[in-house]
Amino acid sequence: MIQFHNVFKRYESGHEALQNISFTLNEGEMAFLTGHSGSGKSTLLKLIMRMEVATRGQVNVDGINLNHLARRHVPFLRRKIGVVFQDHQLLFDRSVYDNVALPLVIDGMVPQEIGRRVRAALDKVGLLSKEKMTPIMLSGGEQQRVGIARAVVNKPPILLADEPTGNLDPQLSAEIMQLFRQFNAVGVTVLIASHDIDLISRMGMRIMELNQGGLSRSGVME
Amino acid sequence: MINKRPTSNRPSGATFPDRPQRDATKNATKKPPNRLRSNPEQRSKSAVSGAQISKVNTSDRIKAWRRHHLSVAVDSLTRLLATPFGSLMTWAVIAIALSLPVGLYVFLNNAQLVSSNWDGSAQISLYLKENVQESAGQNLTKTLQMDGEIAETRYLSREQTLAEFKEFSGFGEALDYLDENPLPPVIIVRPAISGINNQTALVGRLQALPEVEEAQLDLAWVKRLYHIMELGQRTIAALGFLLGLAVLLVIGNTIRLAIENRRQEIVVVKLIGATDAFVRRPFLYTGIWYGLGGGLLSWVLVNASLYWLDAPVRSLASAYASDFNLIGLTLQDSLLLLIASTLLGWLGAWIAVGRHLGKVEPH
Repeated sequence: MIQFHNVFKRYESGHEALQNISFTLNEGEMAFLTGHSGSGKSTLLKLIMRMEVATRGQVNVDGINLNHLARRHVPFLRRKIGVVFQDHQLLFDRSVYDNVALPLVIDGMVPQEIGRRVRAALDKVGLLSKEKMTPIMLSGGEQQRVGIARAVVNKPPILLADEPTGNLDPQLSAEIMQLFRQFNAVGVTVLIASHDIDLISRMGMRIMELNQGGLSRSGVME
Repeated sequence: MINKRPTSNRPSGATFPDRPQRDATKNATKKPPNRLRSNPEQRSKSAVSGAQISKVNTSDRIKAWRRHHLSVAVDSLTRLLATPFGSLMTWAVIAIALSLPVGLYVFLNNAQLVSSNWDGSAQISLYLKENVQESAGQNLTKTLQMDGEIAETRYLSREQTLAEFKEFSGFGEALDYLDENPLPPVIIVRPAISGINNQTALVGRLQALPEVEEAQLDLAWVKRLYHIMELGQRTIAALGFLLGLAVLLVIGNTIRLAIENRRQEIVVVKLIGATDAFVRRPFLYTGIWYGLGGGLLSWVLVNASLYWLDAPVRSLASAYASDFNLIGLTLQDSLLLLIASTLLGWLGAWIAVGRHLGKVEPH
């Protein structure tokens, strides 16, 4: 589903964010990406979303070579990827419902279908009763769950998350991780960047560790 | 919804069944497009209705697209009305910029109307040759009366011209000292045609008549007026162009600020797969509303000014014993104004969006 072949990323400032990264994430697989801050986790996720382009090497997502993806096709790539951001990236001037509905509105879905899917997604993250509230009225954990509902509402084959538990207490973090696991169980390819080694090593999933831009370890931690 | 999905071999295209099959053609070797996939279950179920389903999907898609346009149009208008003072300021600036050329256009229209009344009273004097007898002159007068381009003719004999000259010139006494009448017989012609060029042509034709010594169009100043009118028209065109440009800049700048204000929103929708058209749409509608609102306000301004000027113009006209009335904007003019202002708004937004939206990328 996601393939990196000898990928290098150098920013215009000269900073080498990623060096010679190669890995494959199969369809339906779930993996964690870890490493210190500045080790290149975010850059790697940005390459998958085509927010950045690799300086060298090949990035393939769902069979599409992102190096040769025209700008006008980028939106359609992003519709295949649900993303959960550390800072949620919610719109505070509209309701929880409207936030979650956004990917479906962008995709031009009919309102009845949107209503059905949004409520199903909110139900999944346990926020069905709060659909009319604005995100500002919710706690950090609830906001994160709204972000997750928005990421999965259009049933993307790929789910990315950048430090999804960054600001949450351990119990909430575990709940969020459990949620990701459930999505993975129904076939979604999941890649989560997190520096919370304790939490992710308990999950028993594949862990890729980035160190100063290079992939230093990969495998299941025992 | 999510856990109903089969765990393995989930068709990735199934998430976006009605998307144009660009991704599919790209990966043709790896994955056949959704519709061509030979899934026996699906086939048996939808062999008959398959085509219809995709048709419905297309029309659904068009409906969704229209619905989105409508909701964006309503939403952007609501946003403008949510900040009434700021929006009104923009509308007022646009309205004033549009009112200047439109007002001048109305003024010129009226001036043209007045001058066309005047050229209706233009006269051509035909000074006949000395040797033309009175009967020949009378005959010519009758012949000319038949001419389609001539409304009225009047023959003045040498005696009548002398009498008129004495009456109006103030040289009456001096003429008494002359032995004989120096004045030729004259035919006064009122043309049935209007327009300075047509009338000049008529003068040329009359000049060529053998009995005519000289034909003279009395209203040379009408000609000057025409030139002034033409100058006025060009001034309005230039002014209209410049002020139209000003409207573009005003709207462009306003849209630029709107883009700045909604930067976060743009970043978010781009991240979740919005196309450029989707991101652009609300700003284009905002531009359209600014343009249309400015046009409407400008229409009100121009008509209010006309109403305000109407009474003095009437009394001025009646002082000249004329029943002249100010003409305002016709329905066609009004529609043109609204369409032009709306287009300006849209274009201004396009320019701003083209310049600034590309810079708002998620990082």
